[in-house]
Amino acid sequence: MELFIQQVINGLSLGGIYALIALGYTMVYGIIELINFAHGDVYTLGSFFSIAIIGLLDASGRLHGVPLLLVLAVALAGSMILCGIVGVLLERLAYRRLRNAPRLAPLITAIGASFILENIMQLWRGPSPIPFPSVVPNVTWHFGGVNLSSNEVLVVVMALFLMAVLQIFIYNTRLGKAMRATAQDRDAAQLMGININMTIALTFFIGSALAGVGGFVSGIYYGSTWFYNGFEAGLKAFTAAVLGGIGNVAGAMLGGFVIGMVESLTAGFISDQWATVAVFLLLVLVLIFRPSGLLGEVLPDKV
Amino acid sequence: MLHWKKYRPIDWALVAIAVFMPFLPLVDHNGGHINVLVNAGIYMMLAIGLNIVVGFAGLLDLGYAAFFAIGSYTYAMVASPQFGLHFSFWPMVLISAFVAAIFGVILGAPTLRLRGDYLAIVTLGFGEIVPQTFLNLAKYTGGPNGISAIDQPKLFGYHFGLNPLPYYYLVLVLIAFSLIVANNLRTSRLGRAWMAIREDEIAAAHMGINTTTAKLAAFSLGASFSGLSGVVNASLLTLVSPDQFKFNVSITVLSMLVLGGMGSLPGVVVGSALLSILNFFILPQASNLAATVGLHIDFTSYRFMLYGIILVAVMLFKPEGLWGSEQRRAELKESDITKAENAEYEEMPRETV
Repeated sequence: MELFIQQVINGLSLGGIYALIALGYTMVYGIIELINFAHGDVYTLGSFFSIAIIGLLDASGRLHGVPLLLVLAVALAGSMILCGIVGVLLERLAYRRLRNAPRLAPLITAIGASFILENIMQLWRGPSPIPFPSVVPNVTWHFGGVNLSSNEVLVVVMALFLMAVLQIFIYNTRLGKAMRATAQDRDAAQLMGININMTIALTFFIGSALAGVGGFVSGIYYGSTWFYNGFEAGLKAFTAAVLGGIGNVAGAMLGGFVIGMVESLTAGFISDQWATVAVFLLLVLVLIFRPSGLLGEVLPDKV
Repeated sequence: MLHWKKYRPIDWALVAIAVFMPFLPLVDHNGGHINVLVNAGIYMMLAIGLNIVVGFAGLLDLGYAAFFAIGSYTYAMVASPQFGLHFSFWPMVLISAFVAAIFGVILGAPTLRLRGDYLAIVTLGFGEIVPQTFLNLAKYTGGPNGISAIDQPKLFGYHFGLNPLPYYYLVLVLIAFSLIVANNLRTSRLGRAWMAIREDEIAAAHMGINTTTAKLAAFSLGASFSGLSGVVNASLLTLVSPDQFKFNVSITVLSMLVLGGMGSLPGVVVGSALLSILNFFILPQASNLAATVGLHIDFTSYRFMLYGIILVAVMLFKPEGLWGSEQRRAELKESDITKAENAEYEEMPRETV
């Protein structure tokens, strides 16, 4: 029982990270029906940017003078903005030209973009794991045999908070309405005076900024990262998005937590080695039996 | 029928190179070069197989290395000291291809009704599961160490041994065979069904094509080529291990297709040859050259940067590839009608939201 509760806690914090990445997949797929393969690497870039920013503040000796919270806020905001910019650039350079091409074409450029980003990170920081500066004190509470750390709470709270903000943004603002309209029917939205290119760029910005948050909290949570980190995390987050119903924000969140649970429970009760296999098996099963996901609507094929 | 006028000088150059290939070892006695060519040939066979799935039928398979792994392990398990079995190489070539094809059906049957981009992800997931499973089932597969001391082929009492030359001729024959089979498939009834599905699946279904059967055929035929290459690879290296079949193998083969031209057989040959030359000659040479001037950059570790650039650049600027077919170009570029419509939209006055 203790093992079960412990693995649920681990699963929730893993799931929080997957959920933050999955939001970006689901938003981009919702609006232009593209699996943004490079999204996982944008998430890794988030960790890299956070490390760089904290390092920069630390190196200039200001880390001891300013409150820790401010440093973290600057790192988080910086990582979000930089990741957002990377996302917008990706859309502008690699995907926009192919918006009307067959779906195979932008998918292949997305795979290419993913490899380019990975290699840029490898050039930047080398192929070995990079430690995340341990500036955040990690407090662990013990409840019987179960441990709960403040980092785990941070990940889950951050993920839930951002999902709530995103939900409000999408359903209660003009820009959110424009995004929903563009997702529903791009041509009709354009006729209604919505600036399609701006709206799609905004979607990429928000999705990538959320991946930036994911990179920041995962850096704190795991304590290190490396350039290839985003490949597997991205694949699992995509599984989460599909599981929840792609295009559905709440679904991405739910999917993220389910995937996190499946992974940690498999690791805890069967074996670590089979955890990844279990997640991908779940992906295959979901796509076969319920391709519209848990919360997604069933849509007919567009002719 | 041959239409002589249709052939450009560069087509003849390609034919001339192909004719020269069997005589190359007479000129070049360097075993290292021959070994590199054998490896390049194995990749070319993989590319010819993946082309059936991606090029002919338009199904993006990102887990192609999984079938390569299945072919390799099938042969390794029955022709090594692992279980004390020593089956002959030649029937195993066919059997492994068949086993890979069966796995193609097992994966394809439930997933092929999915839309194209979902299929890409499912195959990617499958490509991750297979090597991980071989890694985990250490009892049967040797785990991370894999299976070693795999038997090498014998032909009329002649042992292939560690000399790459017999493999060179084996691979040449297999490539020629694969090209003939692939070309016949392309022009067959099935091949035309693939083309129809690739262009418009819904329309193809309405024309009476059984799209599921046709896609399944593409999937399993593609897988069988991969299985066949796997056997050659396993016997050449005399070693299989899970890390030989990672995602980067699938991406390397896909880059070859995209570079040469998806769906075009000369394109596949040219694309895989070019990338192999880059991989095995140019990048190592560039690293050596950089080292002599005091720069210690290992260019080979950035080959995936190059693949990424190839994938993006080709798709953006020349989606039919270097040697693509006219038909594919028409399909992959946005139609003139869509372009005109877009231009109209662009000119419309609009208010920002």
